[in-house]
Amino acid sequence: MKNTALTHVHEKLGAKMVPFAGYNMPVSYEGVTAEHETVRTGVGVFDVSHMGEFLVSGPHSLELIQKVTSNDASKLVDYQAQYSCLPNDTGGIVDDLIIYRINAEKWVLVVNASNIEKDWNWISKHNSMGAELRNLSEDFSLLAIQGPKAVEAMQSLTSEDLNAIKFYHFKVADFAGIENVMISATGYTGSGGFEIYCKNSEVEQVWNKVFEAGAAYGIKPIGLAARDTLRLEMGYCLYGNDIDDTTSPIEAGLGWITKFTKDFINAENLQKEKEKGPERRLVAFELNERGIPRQGYDIVDGNGKVIGNVTSGTMSPSLNKGIGMGYVPTIFKDPGTQIHIQIRKNAVPATVVKLPFYKG
Amino acid sequence: MNIPQNLKYTEDHEWVLIDGDIATVGITDFAQGELGDIVYVEVEALDETVERHEVFGTVEAVKTVSDLFSPLSGEVIEFNDSLESDPEKVNSDPYGEGWIIKIKISNPEEIEALLDDAAYKAIIEK
Repeated sequence: MKNTALTHVHEKLGAKMVPFAGYNMPVSYEGVTAEHETVRTGVGVFDVSHMGEFLVSGPHSLELIQKVTSNDASKLVDYQAQYSCLPNDTGGIVDDLIIYRINAEKWVLVVNASNIEKDWNWISKHNSMGAELRNLSEDFSLLAIQGPKAVEAMQSLTSEDLNAIKFYHFKVADFAGIENVMISATGYTGSGGFEIYCKNSEVEQVWNKVFEAGAAYGIKPIGLAARDTLRLEMGYCLYGNDIDDTTSPIEAGLGWITKFTKDFINAENLQKEKEKGPERRLVAFELNERGIPRQGYDIVDGNGKVIGNVTSGTMSPSLNKGIGMGYVPTIFKDPGTQIHIQIRKNAVPATVVKLPFYKG
Repeated sequence: MNIPQNLKYTEDHEWVLIDGDIATVGITDFAQGELGDIVYVEVEALDETVERHEVFGTVEAVKTVSDLFSPLSGEVIEFNDSLESDPEKVNSDPYGEGWIIKIKISNPEEIEALLDDAAYKAIIEK
């Protein structure tokens, strides 16, 4: 199992560590509910250095990116980021990712830790145009500094005006005494803040300075458990749960990042699926009664017939009720539709809702 | 790790306090730490007779759900219903206010099969 450059720091802080995507990662420090609350109301820091980073460069960069991803990267300007996915050739998704344009010939793709090797092989296989590809995953660390107080708490660490970095834009600037740090106004929590990319050799200094600067704002370390409850309250898909090699971006509700204005792998079939309408849809639901939906539980109709299963579920700390997502036949997709979640012996009534669950 | 000497334990990470023919049952400090923040404690077997090792309820944490197994055979005569509104007591005071049920013991011989604190400590340190 791999460690991040900060594993010893988490252990010293008393974090509960778990294996995740081949890495020894902190799942919680003081407890998921308190950590969740910290990010919703203050500022918290996640070590998510397990994530993968690929550098795509040279004159054929955009051509490769346009071919393997579903969103239209030609719309990006320098220092802008975009959420996208890598469609496979059988209707599913190889991975979801964020694309950063540094300039027209220099791009960074940030992918899920569990898929680094799969994505690398997939993108390399389709690089017939000869873009330069480098896997930087082992050399770079990633800290997500998230929460409504993130901007104010971190401003003293950089000469950039953090407030001026718009959502899904970034800067390459000084941060915590280190030059050429990527400061990105992105995140997986819905509470604002930044993602900070730096070298492994620099990350401990960055971590320490972030905690010094954030002390007056009550900054705390946050584990993967709260990362999951935060992202699920926003309805953000988690690869391996809500999307995978067998789910199409159309049925997953990722039509907004699937642009048929350009050609890409499997575009023709996905366009047909979109025109015809998918047979099933990823929906979000809230339980009407107490209970917690969990991944793998059956979704049933009023007659007890299984119509799908839960892909992600949790107790929502902000809403204080059970929430989840799962695939159901399209006739059950509209908000307000009544479904049931089979929780052990009980079919607990639930209502299909619009995302996000958490509206701030 | 807090493992009081006056209690008995099970391999399912429950503790048992024996007082005459009444057993008070909860989950251990180790168990609450592993589960994380507890949001519901449900006991389905109140006023029912349960066998040793039978499921008498469930405890739901934010991240996971776990069955509760009866450490002894008997009748579940009381549920700590303050856990309905304050389930976090199981996290904050697992051996005190976080107790879960009381059982009227029907087969005292089963008490012999429970673990003492040293044996339980050995299990969680494995």
